[in-house]
Formats: sequence, C-alpha cells, structure tokens
Amino acid sequence: MLKHFLSLQWKSFFRSASFKTNLALKIFMGFFALYFIVAFLFMGVGSYYLIEKAEIGDPLEVVNKYIIYLFVLDLLIRYMIQKMPITNIKPLLYLPLKKGQVVHYSLGKTVASFFNWGYAFFFLPFSIVLLIEGYNPLGVVAWHFGIFALIYCSNFINVLVNNKDSVFYPVIAIFIALGVCQYFGVFDVTNYTAPFFNGLYNAPWMVILPWVAMIGLYFAAFNYFKKNMYLDAGLKGKQTVAKTEDLSFLNRFGNTGTFLKNDIKLIKRNKRPKTAGLMSFLFLFYGLLFGSGAVEVYDGPIWQIFGGIFVSGGFLFTFGQFVPSWDSAYYQLMMSQNIKYRDYITSKWYLIVIATVISTVLASFYLFFGINAYLAVLVGAIYNIGVNSHLVLLGGAFIKMPIDLTSNKKAFGDKQAFNMKTMLLSLPKLILPMLIFAAGYYFVNATTGYILVAAAGILGMAFRNIVFDKIEKIYKKEKYKTIKAYKQKA
Amino acid sequence: MIKAQNLTKTYGTATVLNIENLEIPKGQCFGLVGNNGAGKTTFFSLLLDLIQPTTGHIINNDVQVDSSEAWKPFTSAFIDESFLIGYLTPEEYFYFIGELRGQNKADVDALVHSFEDFFHGEILNQKKYLRDLSKGNQKKAGIVASFIGKPEVVILDEPFANLDPTTQIRLKGIIKNLAANQNTTVLVSSHDLSHVTEVCERIVVLDKGELVKDIKTSAATLKELEIFFSGAEAPDAAVAVFEDEE
Repeated sequence: MLKHFLSLQWKSFFRSASFKTNLALKIFMGFFALYFIVAFLFMGVGSYYLIEKAEIGDPLEVVNKYIIYLFVLDLLIRYMIQKMPITNIKPLLYLPLKKGQVVHYSLGKTVASFFNWGYAFFFLPFSIVLLIEGYNPLGVVAWHFGIFALIYCSNFINVLVNNKDSVFYPVIAIFIALGVCQYFGVFDVTNYTAPFFNGLYNAPWMVILPWVAMIGLYFAAFNYFKKNMYLDAGLKGKQTVAKTEDLSFLNRFGNTGTFLKNDIKLIKRNKRPKTAGLMSFLFLFYGLLFGSGAVEVYDGPIWQIFGGIFVSGGFLFTFGQFVPSWDSAYYQLMMSQNIKYRDYITSKWYLIVIATVISTVLASFYLFFGINAYLAVLVGAIYNIGVNSHLVLLGGAFIKMPIDLTSNKKAFGDKQAFNMKTMLLSLPKLILPMLIFAAGYYFVNATTGYILVAAAGILGMAFRNIVFDKIEKIYKKEKYKTIKAYKQKA
Repeated sequence: MIKAQNLTKTYGTATVLNIENLEIPKGQCFGLVGNNGAGKTTFFSLLLDLIQPTTGHIINNDVQVDSSEAWKPFTSAFIDESFLIGYLTPEEYFYFIGELRGQNKADVDALVHSFEDFFHGEILNQKKYLRDLSKGNQKKAGIVASFIGKPEVVILDEPFANLDPTTQIRLKGIIKNLAANQNTTVLVSSHDLSHVTEVCERIVVLDKGELVKDIKTSAATLKELEIFFSGAEAPDAAVAVFEDEE
C-alpha cells in the first residue's frame, strides 16, 4: 500500500507543470536552494559564536529566549503558504482503501514537507556546535529532539487551524503585541517561555512533553480529518457567501470604469491578488531600512531614491507586474468581447496610478524622518506614475503565465518572473532613476537630482498616448501566443 | 453572413481543419457535429479570432475576422468556462457583459428576467460566485450572457452538455426562437445528434478537419447521421487528436 502511495507522490512531483521548466532555470533554482542550505548551515554553525562574541549571554539560553518568536513566525509562514494535504484526496476516496490509510498518507505527506525538515539545516549544525563546545550531550540531544517535536506540533496545528482566519489572526495579533511590549520593556513574554526551552536541556526528561504534544496533535488532526472526509464536509472547497457590491460611482469613467469595477472585485475576492495587495502595503515600510542605519549600504544618498520607488510602487511591483495574467482564467472571454484594448490597458494603468497615489499619501509618516525622506518617496511616486507604470504594462505583454487566483502557492517566486525580456524591462524601473539622481547629485546637488528624476516622470506622462499606442500594438501582436499560454493550466 | 474560404489550420504537419468553402446565411440555425478532434472547437476559435488560420480567412458580415475587430460588437459566444469570470456573481457577470455591449442595467435586467424559466431558480439571487456554481448552472449563466446586447451571431460550443433534461428542452426552444424570430445566426456544436437535428435547419459534419456532409435538416437526417457515426461510412472516424473538447 505504502508503495503505491509513494509512487503516486513521486509521479505527482516529477510530472508537475512547475517541474517542467527549462534546464537553465532548473540549474538556477538548484543554486538558489543550495545557497539557502549553505546560508542556513553557516547560520547554524555561526550563530553560536556570534552570540558568544556579542556577549549577551549563554548562546543556548539566548536562542531559547527568542525561539518562541521563531515558532510564531513559522506558524505564520505555514499558514500563508503551506499547502493542505486535502487537495489530492478526492480520487482516493473511490478506491478500495481504508479511510485511516488515506488520512495517514495525507498527514504523512505534510511531515515530509520542506517546512519541517528545512529547519534541520539550522538546528543540526547548531546542536553539533553545542556538543563540540562541551555542553552536556544528553541535554543537547533532548533539546534537539524537543525542538523538532515542537516544529512538528506547529505542522499539525497548522493542519488543524487551516482556513480558520478567526482563530489565526487574533493569535498572531497577540504575539505581535507581546513582541512590541517586550521591545519597549513593558512586559517580557520570553521570561515565561524561556524556562521551558532551557528545561529541555537542563532536565532531559522534559523532552517527553513536546513529544506527547506532537503525538496528541497528530491524532487530533487524524481524527479531525477522518471525521470530515466527506465531499460536503472537510473536502469541500471553501465557499464564501457572495456579496454584491455597488461600485456604480465608477460608471462615469465609461468602459475604463467597467474594468476598474471588475479589478476591485478581483482584488477583494481572490486570495492571490489579495496577497499582492497586502504585500504592497508592507512595501510602505521598506523605506524604514533606508537612512536609518539598519542596513549599511542603504545609507548612501542614491539608495534613497531606490527606497522611494519601492515605497510608493509596492502595488505596481506586486500587482502591476502581472497584468494581464490576472485575467488569464477568462482571457478568451475578454478577447472575444466587445473590448478595445486601449480601454483595457488604460483601466489597469489607472488602477496602478490610484494605488501609487494612495501609497504616497499613506507614506507621509516618512515626514517624521525629515523632509528629504518624504521627498524621495514623492519623486519616486512621480517616476512610478510617469515611467514605471508604462514599463510594467509593457512587460506584462511578455509574461504569459496563467495565474490561479484562488491559490497562493506560487505567489512567491514564479518561474516566468525570470524571463529575459522582463528582466531587461525591470532594469530601467530601478537602475535608471538611480542613475539620473546620481547624475544630478554628483554634478550639482541632491535637489537637482530629485528634480531630474521627477522631470523624467513628467516627461513619461507627456508621452502617455504614444507609449500606449505602442503597448497596444504589442499586446495585439502577442494575443494568440498569450491565449495559448493561458490555456495551459499552471 | 459568415463565409469561410480556403480555411486551414495546421499544427506541425497535422492539419486539424481544412474547409474549402462554407457559407452560413443570416438567420440560419447552423449545427456542427463531429467526433472529438473533428475540428469543431478549432472552427469556433477561428471565428472568434482566438487562434490564427494557417491559410484562408473567415468573413463575418463583411468583416475579415483575423484583420479587423469590427465583428466583435455583433458577435457573441460561449465556448467553455474560460468565458466566465469566476469571482463574480451571475448578476454582476451579466452587468459586466452588458456594459461592454452598451446595455444599461435595465436592459440587462429585462433580458435576464425573460430567462427566469431557463434558470429554474438556481442562478439569480443565490449569493454565490460563479466559481461555486455547479457545471450545469455555470453553463446556463454563460449561455444567457451570450444573448446580451442583441448579437447578430451567437456561437455556442456544446451547449447541451452538462444540462439537465428540463433545461435542455428549454434551451432548444430558445435557440429555435432566436433564429426564427430575431433573425440571429446561431452556430451550435453538439455530440447529441437528436438535439442538433431537432434545433438546426442545417447540419454540417466535420471529420478530421474535413467537411464531409452538409445536410438540410429533414425527417431522414437523424437516421443518416446515425448511420454515418456508427462507422458504416467512415471506418476510423473516432481518432481523437489535438483537441480537448471537455
């Protein structure tokens, strides 16, 4: 039986669409994975000595103090991207298999997930260093196994709470509040959690606790699944009650308004674009890294403009980048409807511009960091509206990747994001404004730099119609290829 | 109304469609039948400029489909689920299509409500997005959406598949009425020979991309088609290639 399951798993992995990318990309991805593994290994080995050198206490105790936040972060990441095991159960239901077997198999699949064993690259070397440094072997082994049991607890908790936003977000909110309290020295939650993790080392028998918890959670998840293994219970896709929205105030924009209404619904009602929206909000805070000394390289004056582009252009990069792929599921409809490409592109452009303006207004808190910081954001916004908005629309014509609106799985790092043309198009989005600013900054002064970048943006706006004509032509030329590409499911 | 001349579509060395000459007059109810891979969906996709012809062209009401977009205002279609916008409710979807076709809300409401029978109370006011409807109900919404804005040409790919018997019967009435009373040219493809003979005044049979029969529907048509598809005339007609007609 297990053999069958394993062979199914093997095939589903090697025959998946994402695996069939070109060789160069595979090699690239291989290097990428290797890089992370090596980075983790170094972190595992190095963190002991780093903590020791920083003289903030015993390395193991320091790790134990903050590890609670790692677990919370881990849970957050899992909740956002780890895929639930229910997806491939359906075809197994009709086969002569015991339900228990199917559930064990599905849960077993989550055990083998990278989200679990990925941590080994950090904790294994860290534990080995502890042993080398003369820590009590029994304690280290108990601690190590305890941590792993907890990682698996987190795995099964995620299975249990999956898609229960009402449970999940409050928990995360509480921990963020706790983190803030600790930072300002109001209340330190780690004072209460650290003794437990230290206990794993000091009193090895305590390792039983996480293991019992893990086994308990496994069976809780097992029972939960088994009980809900019906098409109309646990296996039913999440259905939301539809809310009709009246956005008729947008009607005054004609056809552009029609598309805008649709795009707003698109973002509000689908998981993937919602994530893009959320991420663009996080981009607002990216600028905090600049000029605050958080990252040394970023303190150079030219990098300010880099930050400014990102702060105001979060939406442009997370959403705009993938126009028109957001409409990939019904692209055939769009192409056979009474639609002018010009209206379609214009509506997307407006959406990007509106979002950029909103971001710029929200980013006004940068004024606290001085007028220059906000000036960089403002200038970045002008450049985003004038130049980058056109460039992302142009790039979109070449990204022919169907997007599954309801799944977040590929939201981070898509293979098509690495196509040569889009790479080339992304250069002027970031490098060009930096070069323009640098020219002004080094030959005259910072103000001239800002003026030059803003001028480039205004120039771009002036040429909007000509640029749109070009973009329209390219979209039309690429139409058949795009339709064909969108037909292939991701 | 619709003219196809020297129309071929080739993928590599395989020709999936080869129509020398086909004319469909205005107001005709035109049926297209053929096994999987016969080229039905290919023909419809060419009509909607979703793929490019290898040779030849289609002229729709004096507009050459692959070079001008002027056919769009008077042509509408429902081919498959990729014509639906999953995250909209059926009503929102109808209004969206209506706005693109220059219809105001009241026009759309009037049209949609005339199909209330056809919907059988399962489409409107359900508080469900299209993606959460059953296949059959999705199809109902898609078919009705293709009637919005008084199109002169309506293209329906396998409209009867997935529909329940009551809806099938109602749909037959709707299609007949469109062609007879509103002078709309309706193009329908189907695997169900009895439906298509009942509805269409003319039936064209495609086999591996070739036009093999062009019949004016009569009492004898169903029998003739059944004999053809049972393999008496074309021994190896059932080879499925290239096309996915799900």
